Amino acid sequence: MRRFALVLVASLASTAALAAEPVRVGFLTVNTGALAAGGRQMQEGLTLYLKQHDNKLAGRDIEVITLDTAGQPATTRTRTQEAVERYHVDVIIGPLAAFEALAINDYVKQAKVPVISPSAAAEDLTQRTPNPWFVRAVGTSAQPNQPLGEYAAKTLKYKRVATIGDDFAFGHETTAGFQRTFEENGGKVVQKLWSPLNVADYGSYIGQIKTDVDAVYASFAGANGLRFLRQYAEYGLKGKIPVLGNMTTVDEGILKNMGDEAVGVVSGGWYTAAFDNPENKKFVAAVRAAYGADPGYYTVGAYTAAMFLDLALQKVKGNVKDKDAFMKALRTLDIKDSFRGPIKIDDYGNPIMNVWIRKVARKDGRLQNTVLETYKDVSQFWKYPPKDFLKEPVYSRDSPPAKNVEK
Amino acid sequence: MKRAALLALALAVLVAPAILPWDFYVNIATQVLIAAIFALSLNLLVGYGGLISLGHGAFLGASAYAVIFLTTRAGMAQLPAAACAVVFATFLAALFGPIALRASGLGFLMITLALGQIMWGVAYRWVEVTGGDNGLSGFTRPQPFGLDLSSPHAFYVLALLVFGCSFAFIALLVHSPFGAGLRGVRDQPRRLRALGFDTWLIRYAAFVIAAFWAAVAGVLWAYYNQFVSPHVLSLTNSAEVLLMVIAGGAGTLFGPVAGAVIVVLLKNVASAYVTRWMMLLGIVFVVIVVFMPEGLVPGLARLRRRSTGGVARPRTEGA
Amino acid sequence: MRFWLVQSLNGLALGGLLFLLSSGFSLIFGLMRVANLTHGAYFMLGAYVGLSVLEAGHGFFAAVVAGALAIAVLGGIIERVLLRRLAGRTLAQVLVTLGIAFIISDSTLLVWSGDPMPLPVPAALQGGVRAFGVFFPKYRLAVVIIAVVAAVLLLLLLERTRIGAMIRAGVDDMDMARALGIPVPRLFTAVFCLGAALAGMGGVLGGPILSVYPGLDMDMLPLALIVLILGGAGSIGGAFAASMVIGFLYTFGQVLFPSLAYVILFLPMVVAIALKPKGLFSADAA
Repeated sequence: MRRFALVLVASLASTAALAAEPVRVGFLTVNTGALAAGGRQMQEGLTLYLKQHDNKLAGRDIEVITLDTAGQPATTRTRTQEAVERYHVDVIIGPLAAFEALAINDYVKQAKVPVISPSAAAEDLTQRTPNPWFVRAVGTSAQPNQPLGEYAAKTLKYKRVATIGDDFAFGHETTAGFQRTFEENGGKVVQKLWSPLNVADYGSYIGQIKTDVDAVYASFAGANGLRFLRQYAEYGLKGKIPVLGNMTTVDEGILKNMGDEAVGVVSGGWYTAAFDNPENKKFVAAVRAAYGADPGYYTVGAYTAAMFLDLALQKVKGNVKDKDAFMKALRTLDIKDSFRGPIKIDDYGNPIMNVWIRKVARKDGRLQNTVLETYKDVSQFWKYPPKDFLKEPVYSRDSPPAKNVEK
Repeated sequence: MKRAALLALALAVLVAPAILPWDFYVNIATQVLIAAIFALSLNLLVGYGGLISLGHGAFLGASAYAVIFLTTRAGMAQLPAAACAVVFATFLAALFGPIALRASGLGFLMITLALGQIMWGVAYRWVEVTGGDNGLSGFTRPQPFGLDLSSPHAFYVLALLVFGCSFAFIALLVHSPFGAGLRGVRDQPRRLRALGFDTWLIRYAAFVIAAFWAAVAGVLWAYYNQFVSPHVLSLTNSAEVLLMVIAGGAGTLFGPVAGAVIVVLLKNVASAYVTRWMMLLGIVFVVIVVFMPEGLVPGLARLRRRSTGGVARPRTEGA
Repeated sequence: MRFWLVQSLNGLALGGLLFLLSSGFSLIFGLMRVANLTHGAYFMLGAYVGLSVLEAGHGFFAAVVAGALAIAVLGGIIERVLLRRLAGRTLAQVLVTLGIAFIISDSTLLVWSGDPMPLPVPAALQGGVRAFGVFFPKYRLAVVIIAVVAAVLLLLLLERTRIGAMIRAGVDDMDMARALGIPVPRLFTAVFCLGAALAGMGGVLGGPILSVYPGLDMDMLPLALIVLILGGAGSIGGAFAASMVIGFLYTFGQVLFPSLAYVILFLPMVVAIALKPKGLFSADAA
């Protein structure tokens, strides 16, 4: 039950001096419906950071108002309005899904409320339609997959790859990032399969995968990664054709419920619990102690968002009422070292950060994303100049075009 | 008279949000009105026509997509875009109707669900037009005759006006000979056919009219959210409006409005205090069924009659 | 050739799964005329119960039995307490069954945390069978066999036993059944329990393929409805045929028309209902 307890503090006496008044954080998460697991992990990340700092950041008390968006864009918008118009929050952490963030993007601009995104990865939020009130604590969809594409071609020497992914924007964008750098480094994506989000069974898709490829790139979110990898193993392909994946296919948040089917999957991610760094070791130990599992995408995203809030507050000496100064502090964060290594916010509000090439292995009795390679200072634009990158259409199902697909 | 007092109270409740200062609650009131228009439209089918639809969200969604697409992508002006959106969704219903009305009962429920799911699939997959799951945004509210509708209060007034029109239209319709015919088709289709009525045509007309008002609600929905994504076409959304109609009282004028109030408030206000508000919603539905299986509005009326000990008056509206 | 064989097997396996999901739904609707919209939630809850039993160290068979029994009891209580008083009131039935579905799906978040979880394939059925140059998972073949066995048993129950005769009489003409002195209320409870048990069992058996996650209930409900519509109410043979047709249609549709994958299930359905509103495999449907 403890996990579900709302951190909901009623507004206190307004007569108190300004310094005693807490910084109000509107936390948009998901407690209901299909995305609730991610919402719970976000809650855990945020709660942990605040607990570690005695609920005080930059000398200010923090009041978290938790709001349940149910993972529905229209509800997300209402919850955002509630945060702004009813609770008068100083900053929003959330929402969970990319389509939710897009649903409130215009409103956030109008209302001029700072948003720190703990998970939404849609490319254009920090690219072609940037929002000055938005900062991302995680990567764009493609950000960790562009290095993976290069790694697959150059280091793993794969020549031919088939891709399969969830048929929605996140799946399209991650796959596109991988395909672009993989093909630019001499590889060929020879088959692209898309399965509907609500597909009952992957059997018919797995049956179509070409048997003469060097690897399969799998791009899934939520429960689908788990379902796909199991069925991939069931159909006897595991061990025959190696699997590459995006970050969420083998996210620590679901890796704990996986078995041998996940072992050996190589993925690109902006985090791994196995990162060998004293800060990270402390962080992972704290998460394990509090929640009994390694931190994954959502936990890390929300924890990082809280850290961003902390550091930006310190820069403005706790004065969050000067929204422009606070936003500037957020957008110019340059963290020399953290549990994720150095993180610097670029001109578009997106972090430049470490990306790890990770491989699932059984270590200390549990599955972990062990480190194969570290790419430092990875930007959302990879090695391309931002201007050129932004001239191209946004990554999608057919962009970049699949020139090498074989019938 | 008691009736007059009640009416005054209802009017006061409706007008209050237009002048009260709290933006958030004004916006909630607006959402209630939009949901109420949507539920009133579905009630034509469910309550008066005896046709249970699990795909009514298709028409609200089609219209919301159309108005946002036409203004932001096709560069159309606001007013013609709104009109086109309503026409488009109504036309869609005119196409869907002959298919859906091949069946009745559970078959009708299923085929409307299937049509709704197809719309959802198209919205998800036809990225060039619909934006896929990222949806369409960048939409602003119109400024008819220089009136700025971006303020919550002004927009509430607009929603209230549209709600008034839809309520009056539907009230007149169900009390017209057409309404009597529709109820007749529900209760005694054979007899009506024997009397020479074209029962199919009556149902078809009800289907299209219901879609028309759902489309009107869809335009308001788009103005309110300034955003649309496939979720509006999801099964959840169609189920939600159906539950509003039944919980409030299908086949009564005020039932769907009451249902809209309950669902919107539980979803948007109670959720701030109750983490498991979804469960609460389920419990509320079960409780309503146990004590008032005919729905909240007719159920309360029955309970009141019983408590005052009066002789049951003939019902003035509905079935 | 290999392609057609593998995908046909996939279609069969999916069909078997669909039959396990929807046979109970069809039975309940056929006899009681209750569109039990809680059915998807029963399926999901059954899978969760099975998962807990497995985690407690019991075998797969025990998990299937526990899932079936738990949901049968739950269904029986719901039928006795709520649905019984709503005979003939379709709208109230829709409201209450969906309301209970909300309650169940929200409760599972409390108890099972909402993390997606797989059910392990029983040890004896791990791995695959290789024949004609094709590799196919054993467990899926087992699902097909279980579905066939379940269909045969249900048919025998309906055709060869006293209670089956009563159910058939009820499906054909409820008033006549009453007049003949059949204890209709007890029969209703029994059938509802049986239908719910089938859903719970289906959930556990589907678990190793589908896994169990929040939202599984609403993913499954439309599938059960489709089978019912296509197969006709209360007809086990119809439900079986419909499940197989849908399994094949879905599998080959996705493969051959990938850009229609999101609508491939519903498009043919619309055509089917439009052409034959009373179901393709039965003269008797809503």
